[in-house]
Parts: sequence; C-alpha cells; structure tokens
Amino acid sequence: MNGWPALDRFLRTDPRDVGCAQAMEMLHVYAELVASGEPAEQRYPGIVAHLHACGPCGEDFDGLIAAIGGRVD
Amino acid sequence: MQKALVVPAGLDAESAGWVRALAGPGPRREAALARLHELLVRIARGEAARRGPRLAITGPELDDLAFQAAADALVAITGKLGQFRGESRFTTWAYKFVIFEVSAKIGRHFWRHPAVRLDAEDWDRLPARFGADPAHQAEWGDLFAALRRAVDTELTSRQREVFVAIVLNDVPLDTLVMHLGSNRNAIYQVLFDARRKLRAALAADGYLPGDLVRGS
Repeated sequence: MNGWPALDRFLRTDPRDVGCAQAMEMLHVYAELVASGEPAEQRYPGIVAHLHACGPCGEDFDGLIAAIGGRVD
Repeated sequence: MQKALVVPAGLDAESAGWVRALAGPGPRREAALARLHELLVRIARGEAARRGPRLAITGPELDDLAFQAAADALVAITGKLGQFRGESRFTTWAYKFVIFEVSAKIGRHFWRHPAVRLDAEDWDRLPARFGADPAHQAEWGDLFAALRRAVDTELTSRQREVFVAIVLNDVPLDTLVMHLGSNRNAIYQVLFDARRKLRAALAADGYLPGDLVRGS
C-alpha cells in the first residue's frame, strides 16, 4: 500500500545522500559541471541525492546556477 | 611573516588573475577587492530578488540584507583564499560564499520574526502538509495516527523537536539552526535519521512499502 506519495517521498532517505557539509563543500564544482552540461549526476550521485532531499541546499544550488548563468540581473 | 599564496596549477587566466591580485600587495589588491565587492553585491541582490517573492522581506530591508551578505562574503573569501584549489572558476567559488551568506541572513531574519512558531504542536496540520484531503479522513486517519505515534515513540527528544519545528510548524531549517545554535548539516542529519525511523515504523505497520527501507 502506498497511497501517500508526498509522505512517502518525504520519509524516504537515500543512503548515497552526502549531507549538507559535503554538498556545500563541492557545490561550486558540481554547479559548474551542471551548467556546462557535463554528466555531473554520474560523478556526484551523493550530491544529487542530497540536493533532491534538502530544501535549503537545493535553494543554494539554484541560486548558484542562476549566478553563474548570468540570470541574476 | 605572511606566507606567500601559491596559485593553483591549471587555472584559467581570469581565475589566476583574481588570485594573484587578491593575494598581492598594494593598489592592485585594493582594486581587485573593490571589483569583487561590486560583483558580490550584484549576485547578492539577484539572489535576494530571486528568493524575495517567497519571503516577507522587501524593499530596503532586502537590499540591506544583500549588502550585508556581500560584505560578509568578501571577508570569508579573502580569509579563505588559500583554500581555493582551482576546481572551478574563481568567480563560481566566490559566488558560492555570497549565496550561502544570503541564505544565512534570511534564516536569521526569520529567527527574529515573531510569526515563526518554534514550540507549538499543531498536529491537525500534518495531513494537509502531505496533501491529505480533509473530505477523506476515513482513508488517512489511521495513517497519520500511526505517524504521530511513531513520532512519540520512535524518535529521540532531539529528533522529535526538529521534526515538530520543521514539519508541523514550517520553521525554515536555517532558522531552526539559528534557534538551536547548531549548523545546517547537524540539523539535516537529525531530520534524516528521524525520517528513516518514521518510514521504517510505518512500513512495519503496513502503511508504506517496506522494500525501500534500509537499516533501522
């Protein structure tokens, strides 16, 4: 039984999740790979897992992508 | 005596120029600092504006937040210049600091905001938080009762405190970090462990599939 996808998604944890500290440490490297179209998800699966689950780090990633993409003006 | 900063090998010319100028002496360094500050203010303003529509911060207050974030980021960047390893362009590395500063300052803003409820426990909000339709309470009543039971019986007091603040009371994680005098990684890990325990409990009771549960 799984009629509660939102609850299921929230409670589901990914063992590859590296946590905030490691994700923040490498965020500039990961963001540049993503922005340049490189296969960042294959190289950093733990960061991908973390950014999917952590709202604040995901927000920071979106902000950094916007900054290096020049979409902040 | 100040230790000479070594420019990482393989840097692109622009990044190497930043590092040399910021690590060097005199007017060249001053000019680089001024240019970097200008860039950081632009990025901070852009980031504050990007997040602004979802925040109750506008106008001069948001602009002030951006300026403070840029100033603090500049201090952090110059203090950590020796840690720049050249894994990205210098500006990408630098922008990361100002994005983090904007985040932290928004968290601090809500910590000071009286509307943030840190201790209340409004369990009636829980079903709606996960998209449950009030008209179909018969379908989800047992599930959320089991979830509440698991929160009370499976979690440590710290895990329960973090779960209640973030999930029930919608307290932003960065705001809770300020309140608890902790850091984002530690609070995320507490919530991560709480989520894992709660899912295991609900799976054991047959409310959620158990095949995705790892460990205990």
